[in-house]
Amino acid sequence: MRRALVLAATLLAAAGCGGDDETPTLAELEKRYICPTCQTTLELSNSPIADRMRAFIRERIAAGDSASEIEEALVDNFGEGVLAAPPKEGFNLLAWVLPLLGAAIAVGVLAVALVRWSRSRPEPGLSRPASANGPALDPELESKIDEELGRFDE
Amino acid sequence: MARRGKLILQAAAVLVVVLLVVLLGWRVAEQEEGRGLDDALRRGERPPPPALIFEALDGEGEISLADYRGKAVVLNFWASWCEPCKNEAPMLEEAWQRYRDEGLVVLGVDAQDFRTDARRFVERYDLTYPMAFDGNGKSLGRFGNTGFPETWFVGRDGRLVGEHFKGPFTQEQLEENVRVALDTPLR
Repeated sequence: MRRALVLAATLLAAAGCGGDDETPTLAELEKRYICPTCQTTLELSNSPIADRMRAFIRERIAAGDSASEIEEALVDNFGEGVLAAPPKEGFNLLAWVLPLLGAAIAVGVLAVALVRWSRSRPEPGLSRPASANGPALDPELESKIDEELGRFDE
Repeated sequence: MARRGKLILQAAAVLVVVLLVVLLGWRVAEQEEGRGLDDALRRGERPPPPALIFEALDGEGEISLADYRGKAVVLNFWASWCEPCKNEAPMLEEAWQRYRDEGLVVLGVDAQDFRTDARRFVERYDLTYPMAFDGNGKSLGRFGNTGFPETWFVGRDGRLVGEHFKGPFTQEQLEENVRVALDTPLR
């Protein structure tokens, strides 16, 4: 379990970095931020504030700001709600970890259920089918039937 | 032991579900609070406005409606990118200048906007009434606002009064509602 959590944290950290040191483009950043009036990413919005936010991002890129500096400025102004994906820190980390944890638990439960199901199945050759279609008969009942049939033959 | 573990897991699952339901309920209740204000005013009721604390647009401290208890308040939600807000701003400034001695406060709430743009707007229209800033626009949902501009009036007793304007108002409508707010007795 601990190993799985460490792996998840490592994957998240790896996903979190990369790209921020390079000069960002408007097309990249438009996907990361939400237009506060229409609640869609900037790339999908034509509202006045989305246009203004695009202009702001363009200005900051031209001024040589990094992606993280631009993000900091937008969050300072509009709050964390402007982020299309929650930041990978603090309480928000739950939003990233919980789906992974949920998927891991689901896989575990499924694996346990499959193992139990396969163990509960009778092994071929050990069962004693009384008929082609039905379950095995009670031995006592079976001997009684044999006895009656024998009497009938007499 | 296995049975105890199973019970703990079940209890944890139930707890998570209960927490999610509570969170959902809280969110829905918060949205309903805003929708209810407009309906209540239409029915002639006088609900109290949501208790909110805003950051002052000039960066100097905080502003709360509770600070203006005993005064009549025109609460105007605006944004620098909103066209009708440009026509309303001079009317609001004029009302503030004319009625402030009688106990009127005009409180502008700039929402879903850049602080710098809002400050430029204030300078451009020479606005001197108090200005609050709500960048993420959280207050809009609490009031049930759906666009810009929107204007509410608060009586001297701290309760909403008059009309709620979803969109621009006329000079006459502003005067009429300011009068209603100022004439509200202080309870």
